[in-house]
Amino acid sequence: MSRHSGDQPPRDDRAGDGADRADRAHPAHRAPESGRDSAWEALRPAKPANRAPRRKRVVLNDSRNPVTVLRTIGELEEQTTVGEMLVRNLMHAQFRIAVVLAAVASVPMVGLPVAFYLSPSFADVTVIGVRLPWLLIGVLPFPLLFGVGYLYNRLAERHERDFVNMVES
Amino acid sequence: MDSNPLAIAGIVFIGAVTWYLGFHSSRLANTTPDFLVARRIVRSSRNAAAIAGEYLSAASFLGIAGLILKDGVDSLWYAVGFAAGHLALLLFVAAPMRRSGAYTLPDFAEARLGSAGLRMLCTVFVVLIGIFYLVPQLQTAGLTLSTIMPVPPWAGGVVVIVLVTVNVFGGGMRSITVVQAFQYWVKLFALAAPAFILIMVFTTGHPANQQVLSDNAPPHLSSATTITVQTPVDLQVTAEVWLQAHGTLDGRPANGGTYWGPGTTHVVSAGTTLEFPAGAPVPTVDGSPGTNASWLRPEAGGLSALFGTYSLIIALFLGTMGLPHVLVRFYTNPTGRAARRTTVHVLLLLGLFYLFPTVLGALARLYVPELLITGQTDIAILLLPGKVLPGFAGEALGAVIAAGAFAAFLSTSSGLVVSVAGVLSTDALPGRVRDFRWAALTAGAVALALAVLLPPGDVSLSVGLSFALAASTFCPVLVIGIWWRRLTWVGAAAGIVIGGGLVLSALVVNIVSEYTGAWAPWFVAQPALITVPIAFGTVLLVSLATQRHLPLDVSRIMLRMHAPDRLGFIRDRDIVRFGTAEEQARLTNGKHRR
Repeated sequence: MSRHSGDQPPRDDRAGDGADRADRAHPAHRAPESGRDSAWEALRPAKPANRAPRRKRVVLNDSRNPVTVLRTIGELEEQTTVGEMLVRNLMHAQFRIAVVLAAVASVPMVGLPVAFYLSPSFADVTVIGVRLPWLLIGVLPFPLLFGVGYLYNRLAERHERDFVNMVES
Repeated sequence: MDSNPLAIAGIVFIGAVTWYLGFHSSRLANTTPDFLVARRIVRSSRNAAAIAGEYLSAASFLGIAGLILKDGVDSLWYAVGFAAGHLALLLFVAAPMRRSGAYTLPDFAEARLGSAGLRMLCTVFVVLIGIFYLVPQLQTAGLTLSTIMPVPPWAGGVVVIVLVTVNVFGGGMRSITVVQAFQYWVKLFALAAPAFILIMVFTTGHPANQQVLSDNAPPHLSSATTITVQTPVDLQVTAEVWLQAHGTLDGRPANGGTYWGPGTTHVVSAGTTLEFPAGAPVPTVDGSPGTNASWLRPEAGGLSALFGTYSLIIALFLGTMGLPHVLVRFYTNPTGRAARRTTVHVLLLLGLFYLFPTVLGALARLYVPELLITGQTDIAILLLPGKVLPGFAGEALGAVIAAGAFAAFLSTSSGLVVSVAGVLSTDALPGRVRDFRWAALTAGAVALALAVLLPPGDVSLSVGLSFALAASTFCPVLVIGIWWRRLTWVGAAAGIVIGGGLVLSALVVNIVSEYTGAWAPWFVAQPALITVPIAFGTVLLVSLATQRHLPLDVSRIMLRMHAPDRLGFIRDRDIVRFGTAEEQARLTNGKHRR
């Protein structure tokens, strides 16, 4: 694996060999691809000999990416039983918190209409000059919805972090 | 209606800024992925403002306050449902939806279930929902424009469609993202500032103006009022009132003084002029609470109203995730995690916004009760500042609200046009940038024609129908498709056809019943409580019965949708289909890890 597999082109011509720079000045001699896959370029057959070979840096293995990661991701990709089980577990965990939190958020939406319907006196309670239903429907649900959403985001990201840690450890 | 030069200036300003922002960012857009999903590089704070900006339509900006004026506290469920829909979207759909790599809703259906036929079916319903949603926006734009200046009702719709099409033409999703993010803040300011000022005026104002909203009487007119009824209306009278009428009352010609006793209902024909003296109790449109006491109390309408409330909540809670213009914005997030964060941010922005229509709606009950007579309560908050604060201050506040209302029409309409055009251009046409532009033009023209031809209704009610349709078609397919491996395309198609068919037939029955004496029961106007469970059940049962149609790559799709972004399983289908050779090579050679 190349250490530079990201978006940064892994050019390593800091050595400043003049031939390379001259190359780029002449469009005719320009390398056909602009650096993105230069790790691959290095593996290609040598170019015609009338120019100096460009200096390339090839990293065949990277200690930061242990082999086991590739193995587990490969298991996920090839849908082995182990990989399948991992994904299923993650899905179940995510679905469970989604359902529980949906139920929490639905409490006012399910409970309030029927409470107001059954108990008109509850609907007539006044708090600081405003009728209670107006506060309960007009103000209270919005912080509740945001809070539940925020909590879900935290939990879901934690599940995913755990999953990644498990896969990569 | 008098023209308000400040309000016209406000609308021109919003139109000009919208055009400029769209033009400015459209120079960056030139590929199909740009037009469809803004190249999926929108960061979450801007995307959240854009989603909120697009979502806060005329129904939220004008409609909720209008319904509060008319129907009272029960209308607050609209605001709750509109916001809660995004929570359902966050919990069940947002991240997996983004990771599926689809670029439209039909594309998701095909990616998940591998059926081109299902894709076409979804296309039909996306276009239907989009047009249903667009028509009331344009009609309300017409109503707004004809309120502030003497133009015919179709002019507002034309203005909106022209501006939207110009922007969408230029840069599709890429250019409207900035516009919509800007328009969220315009809308928030345009409601919050007047709400604060009017509340201050109200609490420090003359006691004579302060009616009590809890007494068992209808609202009173503060000054002598003349009203010309544009569409025929049934009025219920709860307190006796003397008035001058010129035109047709109860089918008989009337010309002069009239007495309406309490407890009676009167039919007022179009073109009739009613003159009420100052302090007269206001008769209300039949079916809405007549007295302030019943207006103040929730669930005063009996058991069928209770079911109606639940039906509305279900439609809004589950329908939001099926709205094409909301979903398409989720595809513009770079990752599934960003999609979730965006949604949490949206919940915050929406919660902030929805505090204000309530305040303005309640104030409107005090200051503009005459709208209850015509039933055109959607314009309540446009007229409110002028009534509370006569003179320049009121006109200036009215101008701010009118500008905000136009921001609402423009942002929602552009979102709808982009989503419908994205679907049409990639499914019915080859999907080039040129096709996208033609599709946008077609969608806008069709919606405009319908808006002119169809009779206008309350914007929140007609928008509610789009939610019911979305909740009964796409919601089951999305939720079940994301979380259940055994969904088949047959089950999904059956659910969409049956759920959508039921909602559409309810719509037809409702229209027929309105013309023949309003005999339809509650579930015809608000069908979601019945149709959503039926749609879910159909999808589940038919899928179980057709397990041999299970897609072969279901495990791979599930992995792609649920595996964390860092593992790099996302494959953006728009790049696969429309991207440059280099982008495609990057996708197929190696996974692009984030």
